[in-house]
Amino acid sequence: MREAAVVSRSNPLQRIPGVAIVLVLLITLFTAIAPGFLSVANLSNVLVQSTILTMLALPMTLIIMTEGLDLSMGAVLTLTSLCVAIVSLATKSMLLGLGAGLLVGVAFGLANGWLVAILGIPPFVATLGTLGMAQGLSLIVSDGQSVVGIPHSVRDIYSSTLLGVPVPIVMALVTYAAFHGLLYHTRFGTYIFALGGNREALRYAGLSPNRLLIGVYALGGAMAGIAGLLMTARMNSGHPTAGLGLEFDAIAAVAVGGTSFERGNGWLLGTLLGVLSVGVLRNGLNLISLPSSVQVASVGVLVIVALFLDGLRSRA
Amino acid sequence: MTDITKDAMMPPRSFLSQDAIQVFYRLLAALLICAVLAVLSDSFLSLGNILNVLRQASLTFFIASGLTLVVLTAGLDLSVGANVALSACIAGTVIHKTGSPALGILTGLACGGLVGLLNGIMVTALRIPSFIATYGMLWVLNGLTYWYMAGETLHGFPAGFRQIGSGYLFGLPIPVYLLLVFLGIGTFFAQRTVWGQEIYAIGANPIAARLSGIPVARRLLLVYAVSGTMAGLASIIFLSRLNSAEADIGESLTLPAIAAVLIGGTSLFGGVGTVFGTFIGALILTLVLNGMNLLSVSANWQPLVTGIIVILAVWLDMKTRRRAQ
Repeated sequence: MREAAVVSRSNPLQRIPGVAIVLVLLITLFTAIAPGFLSVANLSNVLVQSTILTMLALPMTLIIMTEGLDLSMGAVLTLTSLCVAIVSLATKSMLLGLGAGLLVGVAFGLANGWLVAILGIPPFVATLGTLGMAQGLSLIVSDGQSVVGIPHSVRDIYSSTLLGVPVPIVMALVTYAAFHGLLYHTRFGTYIFALGGNREALRYAGLSPNRLLIGVYALGGAMAGIAGLLMTARMNSGHPTAGLGLEFDAIAAVAVGGTSFERGNGWLLGTLLGVLSVGVLRNGLNLISLPSSVQVASVGVLVIVALFLDGLRSRA
Repeated sequence: MTDITKDAMMPPRSFLSQDAIQVFYRLLAALLICAVLAVLSDSFLSLGNILNVLRQASLTFFIASGLTLVVLTAGLDLSVGANVALSACIAGTVIHKTGSPALGILTGLACGGLVGLLNGIMVTALRIPSFIATYGMLWVLNGLTYWYMAGETLHGFPAGFRQIGSGYLFGLPIPVYLLLVFLGIGTFFAQRTVWGQEIYAIGANPIAARLSGIPVARRLLLVYAVSGTMAGLASIIFLSRLNSAEADIGESLTLPAIAAVLIGGTSLFGGVGTVFGTFIGALILTLVLNGMNLLSVSANWQPLVTGIIVILAVWLDMKTRRRAQ
């Protein structure tokens, strides 16, 4: 296991074909059938719309690398987005709103980590439970209504630019760089590979796998908090069902990106390409005026195909 | 099959009695909740409310009973709620188009069973872990249903058909009779047939099951198909009870069904649990939600409470099992 992880780390080129081919195929397909797909305006639209997903898919990659899963991410994002909306509305402060979102996100991440690591509950059920809890809390704090009247300072985050680049894209790039540094250039990152590949080795090295695991889930919660700010800014409101199901797009991006669900090796650049694949697929289907229901179904098919191919690879 | 392999596949006697003790505890818990609710709310003990609880519990039970078999094999079916929605919408359309409830019921069951079979194929032939395969299926079904319905609501079905979900026979709601029938069939199948025992064996130890000659893939296919068919059955009951079908009716069904299975003492790790336990689980969950309703707690609290119950149930299960070892 450990060996497999090392091989894939030293030679990620081995895995470029899968996801890159998917992305190129999708781009070619939609260039051919969707008028206006290849315009600069549309492509930058795809990028901006992929930023929230990037912020969820990167930590999801780390969680899946630990042979875990976080089904609660979309519901937690919904809750943090509502917290950002409510707190920034009450205090007129974007930073306090972000702080509230981060706090709630990290609390849910810690809870997920605690359930999985300390209580030993299988991740998909533990996070299914917290999904219900976050969804319920979203309904309770908002009373099922939208939160409107968000201050400009929050709204501007989504629409303003930095040196000509939209701020959401800058945030996504910074996030990617941070995750890349964390996973490939810190000890914590190396331990994450070991969490999926060889947990015993961590124990023999005198480390606490449980604490590391909680850290990974908490990181996911924190990113859901930051993504919550972007979500609120994008919708210019807080909505009690805004992010439901987004965890599925994140899992899809990770699966398409070539991170294995069973072998504890992951690839961040693959996830980024996976995010773009999901983004291009949804945007392209939208351009040829297929409803969002078809987009959801096709992302589902994309995941099943990716997992099937992953299964073939692991047996090969 | 020789007697020796047959013996090996029977759960050890101590296990069965432990199951009985677990079911007994859960019955006590259900009674305790009843007692508390009877004190807190005047309307809890009214005949109308008790029948209402039984009817609600039977709806959860139909979905959860098929799911129990899946969980017994250490698998999970997250697509049941979405399956109910799709089956209900398709069955509703067939009834509207042909005017024949029988044809609609058959279509609903077939649609549910087909989806279950596809789940089974993904798990066995494609070897995708069940929770992620059925999670993908959830979104495929959701997308299909919303696309198929395009925001429409099907509405108004023949009176005879509506009797299935809302009619009474000798003072009891018809779904309660169906519940008793399927509780009997499910318990008999799981405890008293070779196939049922093979399902326990697969969950307890898939490798040993394969080595002792059990056709694991075929039994798994069966289990997922049964889970899908039960979702199809639930869709029929929903359709006739609500007298309408919309794309979003399945969204709040999956978590309660999983909660019922887990409260009922079926282990997520496979091989342990009973269909009867799931019935008690459905009853306990329904009592809690009904109690919240009677005490005028907003329905917004239901997902939160159900989520907490799911986690508590798994945790308790793991704790008792660890102590037993």
